[in-house]
Amino acid sequence: MSLFEIIGGFFLVLGSIFLFLGGLGIFRMPDVYNRLQAGTKATTLGAMSVIFGVGIIQLENDWTWIVKAMVILIFIAFSNPISSHALARAMYKGKTYPFIKSKDKDMDAYKEYIDNQKMEEE
Amino acid sequence: MTYIIYIALFFMIIGLSLSAVRFVKGPTAGDRVVALDTLTIIIVSGLVLLSYVFDRFIYMDVALVYAVLGFIGVIVIARYLEGAL
Amino acid sequence: MQNLSLTNKLSNFIVNWVFLMLVWIAFTSSFATHELIVGALTTMVISYLSIRLFTCCTILIFCPVKIMYMIWYLVVFLIALINSNMDVARRVLSPSLPINPGIVKFKTKLTTNYSKMVLANSITLTPGTLTVDVVDDTFYVHWIDVKTTNPEEAYTEIAERFEKILLKIF
Repeated sequence: MSLFEIIGGFFLVLGSIFLFLGGLGIFRMPDVYNRLQAGTKATTLGAMSVIFGVGIIQLENDWTWIVKAMVILIFIAFSNPISSHALARAMYKGKTYPFIKSKDKDMDAYKEYIDNQKMEEE
Repeated sequence: MTYIIYIALFFMIIGLSLSAVRFVKGPTAGDRVVALDTLTIIIVSGLVLLSYVFDRFIYMDVALVYAVLGFIGVIVIARYLEGAL
Repeated sequence: MQNLSLTNKLSNFIVNWVFLMLVWIAFTSSFATHELIVGALTTMVISYLSIRLFTCCTILIFCPVKIMYMIWYLVVFLIALINSNMDVARRVLSPSLPINPGIVKFKTKLTTNYSKMVLANSITLTPGTLTVDVVDDTFYVHWIDVKTTNPEEAYTEIAERFEKILLKIF
């Protein structure tokens, strides 16, 4: 095994473990917002790491792989938080309220804003 | 090297099946969309890994196009759920 | 549509052209002459058509001090990303699921839309936080383990380290 394969293989295994953790988070968390939390963060770093690892492995044969890998990587790093943010806002406006453990009233600051907006519309 | 690829594919397949369970089970539409988003990202990285395994450069383009389409799909569904479409 | 002066238009055009040309080279991954000619013509037409769309990056963005700050931002961001993944791993793998979720709000000092977008994306990828909505200068953030509901304390906890650098760039 060459040095490129060792470094790339390390990134590959690390990334696939984070992808697995993302799937586990989606499976275990109690409501849609917490699922988004686990899903977005773990899968972003996981996918970035796997794609970068493949680019590193192929670096000794062909330099074009890592350039295209960087294009996919940057696209995922920009698009993934945007889609999760759009989804979170859509869920709140579609009246799916977050699961809140403690009885504190201030825990949901966004509800005030939505209520105020409704009052203004009426 | 073969073993490393087997280990990586193993973890990816477990992640895929866990989010597929959530995709089938999810109580609301939002849960299903979150699971779909995760499925898309895992499949994109799987395609990149497979393009290395089969040594075909063109599969990288497939992965890129799939990432773009998945992103647009999630945005459109989110706008629809929000009631703004 | 806002009215842009001629210098603004020209600098937007040049920045768009350089950026799109770099993307073209990354896509085709070759320096053959015919590829470069076709790429230059296509990206020139596209950047002419989108002069009014991308107004964030004037030519001032290429100033070396700002580029230094961008690299520093990238380093801070990557460290936060790795930390957040460790955090997610710890929460998901522990059997009791230690979460205490809630939505907090805080006010930001940033003014331009693009810097707010970068800050919102960074907040989504840092430990335990997810941007739900941005209204004018108020951020509503879903926090997986709420430590405080006071807006000022939440601001110091979540956004301060990114905003210090972003204020210097934009």
